[in-house]
Amino acid sequence: MIDTLLHMVLVLAMPPLILGVIGKTKAAFAGRVGAPFLQPYYDLSRLMRKGVVLSDTTTWIFRAGPVVTLAATLFAALLVPLGKHPAPISFEGDMILFAYLFALGRFFTTVAALDTGSAFEGMGAAREVTFSCLAEPTLFFALITLTRLSGTMSLTPMLQHVTLSVWVSAGAALLLMLAGLFVVLLAENCRIPFDDPNTHLELTMIHEVMVLDHSGPYFGCILYGAALKLYLLGALFLNIAIPFTGGNGYLDWGIFACSMLALAVAIGVVESVMARLRLIRVPQLLVAAMILTAFSLVLVVR
Amino acid sequence: MMKIVSLCSHWGEVSLSVPPSERLAMFTEMVRDPAVLVITATILAACSGVPGLFLRHGPLGQRLATAGALAASLLALPALVSMLASGARAGFVIDWNLPFGACEIALDPLSLFFLIPIFLVFPAGSLYACGYWPAASHRSSEPSVTFFYGLLCAAMALVVVARNGALFMIAWEIMALAGYFLLVTEHEEPEVRSAGTVYLIASHIGAASLLVLFSQLRLATGSFLFPGTGSLQLAAASASLIFIAAVVGFGSKAGIMPLHIWLPSAHANAPSHVSALLSGVMLKIGIYGILRVVSFFPGHPLWWGILLVLAGLISALMGICIASAQKDIKRLLAYSSIENLGIITAGIGMALVGQGTANPRLAYLGLAGALFHVLNHSLFKPLLFFAAGSVMHATGTRDMDRMGGLAARMPWSAALCLGGAVAICGLPPFNGFASEFLLYLGFFGEARAPEPYLALGAPVLALVGGVAVISFVKLFGITFLGAPRSPEAAKVHEAPAAMLLPMALLALLSLLGGLFPQLFLRLVHPVVSAVTPATLRYPGLPVRALWFASLGGCVLVLAAALFWYLRRRGSALPAGSGPTWGCGYLRPTARMQYTASSFGDMLGSLASPLIRARITVGGIAGVAPAAVRLSYIPEETILYRVIQPVFSVVGIGFAFIRRLQHGEVQIYILYIFATLFLLMFWVE
Repeated sequence: MIDTLLHMVLVLAMPPLILGVIGKTKAAFAGRVGAPFLQPYYDLSRLMRKGVVLSDTTTWIFRAGPVVTLAATLFAALLVPLGKHPAPISFEGDMILFAYLFALGRFFTTVAALDTGSAFEGMGAAREVTFSCLAEPTLFFALITLTRLSGTMSLTPMLQHVTLSVWVSAGAALLLMLAGLFVVLLAENCRIPFDDPNTHLELTMIHEVMVLDHSGPYFGCILYGAALKLYLLGALFLNIAIPFTGGNGYLDWGIFACSMLALAVAIGVVESVMARLRLIRVPQLLVAAMILTAFSLVLVVR
Repeated sequence: MMKIVSLCSHWGEVSLSVPPSERLAMFTEMVRDPAVLVITATILAACSGVPGLFLRHGPLGQRLATAGALAASLLALPALVSMLASGARAGFVIDWNLPFGACEIALDPLSLFFLIPIFLVFPAGSLYACGYWPAASHRSSEPSVTFFYGLLCAAMALVVVARNGALFMIAWEIMALAGYFLLVTEHEEPEVRSAGTVYLIASHIGAASLLVLFSQLRLATGSFLFPGTGSLQLAAASASLIFIAAVVGFGSKAGIMPLHIWLPSAHANAPSHVSALLSGVMLKIGIYGILRVVSFFPGHPLWWGILLVLAGLISALMGICIASAQKDIKRLLAYSSIENLGIITAGIGMALVGQGTANPRLAYLGLAGALFHVLNHSLFKPLLFFAAGSVMHATGTRDMDRMGGLAARMPWSAALCLGGAVAICGLPPFNGFASEFLLYLGFFGEARAPEPYLALGAPVLALVGGVAVISFVKLFGITFLGAPRSPEAAKVHEAPAAMLLPMALLALLSLLGGLFPQLFLRLVHPVVSAVTPATLRYPGLPVRALWFASLGGCVLVLAAALFWYLRRRGSALPAGSGPTWGCGYLRPTARMQYTASSFGDMLGSLASPLIRARITVGGIAGVAPAAVRLSYIPEETILYRVIQPVFSVVGIGFAFIRRLQHGEVQIYILYIFATLFLLMFWVE
């Protein structure tokens, strides 16, 4: 019960902090002081108090987009185990639901973008659906590999199966899988080198441009949903990357929270040291990630 | 138990020798028999359009036909469901005096299951036609469309219940020809005529393969009657020949790649309610055929299943990739049918692999997933074709590049189309997710097998799902959202209630199937246990069905609560409205929006071996060039680079046969006579 409660609290409260840590890391690399760690929370509360400006071309679908996306992501938050603690909801095949809830969110985000009738947002929507459809098989290859390793078909047991001894016996496969998943993590959350979360006035942008016309609480929903998605995919990644347990339930929560912050720093470092890829290179990198995870499956099977 | 009643002698007895009071009792008993109800419904469907042929003026004929269609489905659907639930079977033998053995028709779970989509889509389409193809504005074509619509439905039902090869072929031909006459309704258009011709040729190539199938069966069993489930013990070579003939013949009807070439143009050029029936139901008849033939054999080699899995996954992936590049709304839907039928075929293949490797779980998940998807596709595909029809009805074009902004004036059509689009992408909480979930479970379970080749199906299915999202975000977003791209799109009107009602029903059923899949699975399970050998029984869904309801309920309630909250919050805060932010550009026009062509272009450039855009631009010359036209036509590479050249060579080679075709009917009759005479001579 306590664990479920802690799960909910972490998943609801912590995601904006990850964005703050990433921002601070990038500022440190650029030699700036940067915004405070809690800046995303201030942003969210400011947005929730702001008025809404709606474009004349939009319909109810424009307003439903952020809402459905956030609802789907919130439900997905119940399916991922955090650290060594089981997820509140776990059943056979929940990893398929996990992937498809994000797809549902994507459907509504892109449809809402098309509702504005803007050339920019249409372009962002087209890129978003194309890139994530290429990222999807990578996730599924990783899930198959985990199913094979653990013999189970649910996120909690398959991720908790990855312990130190599994790393010793199948380390190479897990490394390849982690590389693939890290690429998916960056691509799905629109980080550099795929997309730049800071700009939305350039022709290479994807996610930021889709939400140009959203404002006020609706934009707040989008920001929060994006942070939550980053958090969930990050948790999936960390469950594989951090195979050891502290032996104590509360210690495990602490380990998880710290490693989540470390992952945020790592993303910030990647964003600081890399340039954004040219758009035509993006599919190539995504396919490369898919092949990496396919290799990890081959290594596990042999 | 199979009870064989001779229907004709039964009737004769009733009318001659029985006193009137007992006649009534026998009659009521017969009417209570659900099997008789189903047969009655089929006859009613066949006759539904006949009054319209004589009542040539006014809408009465169409209304009678619609009432007949609704009555037929009200008779048939409860009977079908109760027979499936109770496990009842029925059989009839009709005296027909033809030299092909007894004319047997039977209702077993497999037949009953495939009758459900027929009697679901047929009344929906008939009702839709009252608004879409009304007698008032289509005076010349309406009676024949209505007549052939009913005939097509009845012929499909007859195909499904026939147990005699000759009867099956007769029903098959009626079905194919009724489909042809429906498809060429707008035969003034050359495109429609050529689509009809391609359909007719492809259909008959498939039928030729079926003739091979039935003659092989006759050689093996000595009769045209279908062998019972699991009763056909044959040598490997002749069994495989029968299987291949079935895959080619039925696969071409189901649109499995590369036998699909007829499908996109046929489904795109037919009137929309006809496309809904062709795509939502007629393709499934091909699936029925494959399942029926496979059920004859007690066991089968492993490669049958592998072949079907491969063919299915390739069809699914290629079909949806080509769909994503389309700008014609109905062509997109047609290619997506290829995808969905590919998914179904892959499921059947998975079931065969499961049976071949004695894996009950795989056998169950594959077959249940495939059959569930059959049911689901016959809900959301007609819904989407109806939505496309409403759009065409309003704008007069199929070109999505000329649409946009329709949701503002057609809110109901837009909302229902959104439901269909979410369902067909396989997204929760709609029914497409539930059936694909079963197939995913099957693929994932194979990851634990010693040789996990089949597990590779999961990433392929994921990719298919991703491309489906591209296609249907495009279909819905470009058509209904944004600003109108043409003057026609700016002055549209909402579809009448007769068109919205069937769409709402189908959308509701789609949602119901996603929230409570156990309801649909109760229809699927009797078929699974009838087709699967007794040693390979699997207890049922490995997941508690409650999860689907709670997941869908949670997401829907959460979204509704957030929507309501933000709405209240929005009304409390200062609000404004204005034009869409154009990144500082002050004179944006509707023509600057992303179009259907540009939306799919990014994936299209990755899938260029499958589909290429033919872009023609007029020359731009001079200091002040005049307006030029640019046209963008997506072309399927296999069709234009492989199949068309082959067929044109074949056409040159067979040019001499054309002399036989000169349009003089009496000479044609002579041909028939001469052929018969020669055949008799040969047989003697």
